Amino acid sequence: MSMAEMEVPRNVVEEYLCMDRMPHMWCSGCGIGTTVNCFVRAIERSKIPRNKIAVVSGIGCTGRVAGYIATDSFHTTHGRAIPFATGLKLARPEMTVIVYSGDGDLIAIGGNHLIHGARRNIDLKIICINNFTYAMTGGQAGPTTPPGSISTTAPYGGFEQEFNLPYLAESSGAVYVARWTSFHVTQLTRAMAECLKKKGMTFLEIITPCPTLYGRRNRQGTGVDTMKMYREMSVVKHGADTKEAAIVPGKEILVGRFVDIDRPTFLDGYNKQMKSRLGERFPEYRGISEESDPLEQHGENEIEQ
Amino acid sequence: MKADPAGVLTGAHFIDGDHACCEGALAAGCRFSAGYPITPSTEVVERIAARFPHVGGMFIQMEDELAASIAILGAAWGGAKVLTVTSGPGFSLMMEHIGFAAMTETPCVFVDVQRAGPSTGLPTLPAQADMMQVRWGSHGDYGIIALSPNSPQECFNLTIEAFNLAETYRVPTFLMMDESVGHMTERVVIPAADEIEVVPRRYTSKPSGEYLPYEPEEDLVPAMVPVGRGYNVHVTGLTHDERGYPVMNAAAQDRLIRRLVDKIRKNARRIARYEESRIEGADVVVVSYGITSRVAMEGIRLARENGIKVGILRLVVVWPFPGWRIAELSGQIKAFVVPELNMGQMVLEVERYAAGRAKTHCVPHAGGTVHDPKEIATVIEEAVK
Ligand SMILES: Cc1ncc(C[n+]2csc(CCOP(=O)(O)OP(=O)(O)O)c2C)c(N)n1
Ligand code: SF4
Ligand SMILES: [Mg+2]
Repeated sequence: MSMAEMEVPRNVVEEYLCMDRMPHMWCSGCGIGTTVNCFVRAIERSKIPRNKIAVVSGIGCTGRVAGYIATDSFHTTHGRAIPFATGLKLARPEMTVIVYSGDGDLIAIGGNHLIHGARRNIDLKIICINNFTYAMTGGQAGPTTPPGSISTTAPYGGFEQEFNLPYLAESSGAVYVARWTSFHVTQLTRAMAECLKKKGMTFLEIITPCPTLYGRRNRQGTGVDTMKMYREMSVVKHGADTKEAAIVPGKEILVGRFVDIDRPTFLDGYNKQMKSRLGERFPEYRGISEESDPLEQHGENEIEQ
Repeated sequence: MKADPAGVLTGAHFIDGDHACCEGALAAGCRFSAGYPITPSTEVVERIAARFPHVGGMFIQMEDELAASIAILGAAWGGAKVLTVTSGPGFSLMMEHIGFAAMTETPCVFVDVQRAGPSTGLPTLPAQADMMQVRWGSHGDYGIIALSPNSPQECFNLTIEAFNLAETYRVPTFLMMDESVGHMTERVVIPAADEIEVVPRRYTSKPSGEYLPYEPEEDLVPAMVPVGRGYNVHVTGLTHDERGYPVMNAAAQDRLIRRLVDKIRKNARRIARYEESRIEGADVVVVSYGITSRVAMEGIRLARENGIKVGILRLVVVWPFPGWRIAELSGQIKAFVVPELNMGQMVLEVERYAAGRAKTHCVPHAGGTVHDPKEIATVIEEAVK
């Protein structure tokens, strides 16, 4: 059999990535790429047509994710991926909108948008890569950096209390809250697929090594060493009380699906309220109709969900 | 294309500038707005909140102006014509996203109902002191379009025009109102929908294999593509190439930034709008915009009573600034007089294009009220000496 006749196994990952942009910019040993791998497998598994998916990122090493995924994608401003995604989702409710960003982006500068997005229950899938640092800018301390950690802006060790992200997300109103590490690729892929299916704001924290700027300074060794540590220290506890989920260096890391509830999304609430007050005068809101979309008229590229 | 009748409240109304602005947005086809309340702009979003649900639109009150100013950009990429409204401190907070909109060439309209600053300043009182901020407020180089209405009727008309310009040039476009015009109640006539011209979004007709998201057409503006169509558009605030991919070097920066600036500069004569009267034989030309253009009329009348030949140039589109017209006039007249509710902003442009061939006199005002017309008359009289 000649090479040409041989079945080339289909690589899902390549199909969903902008291969013309490879090699990517992440360091070797970085956990972000691992999570992207899981993500595209989850998209594939979800059966959502690719053109109905949009990925929105803020700024940071994680912020670059949007640029590598072969869907409509938006690399926005630092901290503002959630409000951008809010506008996009409300204009196009039929799209599945994923916010993929870093801990500094989503929790520090964008923290206000996270809590309000969760409170409103906007139907967004939040994926937060927690590498305990501001990596893109060189490894500064952030709101997830554990006390005692060395960073460039806390050269003598940090001392501020960090956020417990699952607890923050749950108390703000997220309907699905989970945490995994980049070691748990199978569980992570499954969790991402669950998020894609779930209606409402989902929050997935992924503990990820940044060997270059965090691991190196905090005696975590290489990316592989950190992954070993994740394997040893992680304890799966579905349904755990998120109050107990704080990450304490040297202590076990709680992972699993902590919250999975149902409540009306922003749009459910909007339509119900307007209908109740305006009755027949209110046309149910289903997104902005494209008066002038030339492709709409041709019916080109239209894929039914 | 004609306006969608669903959004057009045809008839004669007695409403203020803020309300007229909301009606202009509806007539222009705006169906998404995000805002955060701030005096003296709040009435615009209050009317939006009441009106949009009836016409299939969406208003969302965000947690702050940073959120409002980028939620509209997300919705714009989702296919909506979008608007946000603010004033003073809120406008300052929006600056980063004005730059993001300029860089990503997102059509959008910002309304700034100017109040006196800096900082909290005089929340309920007028100023025109954001005229340079609107042009230069976000970091880096880019172009924008800004219009300045002087009546509620113009708040309606120019809001439509702002949307049309935003769509034509894919640029953040600003309606620079002020507290006086915003809260002034007058007759506003809204024509029938089929008498209102609206510019639809510039969408490509190329298939996804041939389409490059940032490949400019002849007028330097690229065509867009609706999301959800399998074009896999990537939008970034980083310096990017025609594919929309980040490119981190000086050559790519030069190419992109020149185009972003040139698409406004080179189309400036097409975008410009100003009104002139009695320019022929004038010794002095009063250059003004917004509420001050109305206050100036009384000052001009007083000066004319004293035998001074005064012409008027009222800027309707303030940015891009019609410098060529100032340059032409400066060879024919003795002086320009520029009253504005700030300590001297647009006067700098007048002075720059007059280039010493005509004198330029500023009539500054710190805001909080409008000029005393006599002050303007006095400066006109001094200008001819
Ligand atoms: C308004 C603004 N402030 C600061 C920055 C600089 N900045 C870029 S990325 C970043 C931190 C990113 O940290 P995180 O979100 O955790 O992403 P990571 O790089 O760790 O993946 C900062 C502070 C910026 N781009 N914009
Ligand atoms: S600096 Fe850290 S987070 Fe950024 S790519 Fe390298 S390892 Fe990953
Ligand atoms: Mg980080």
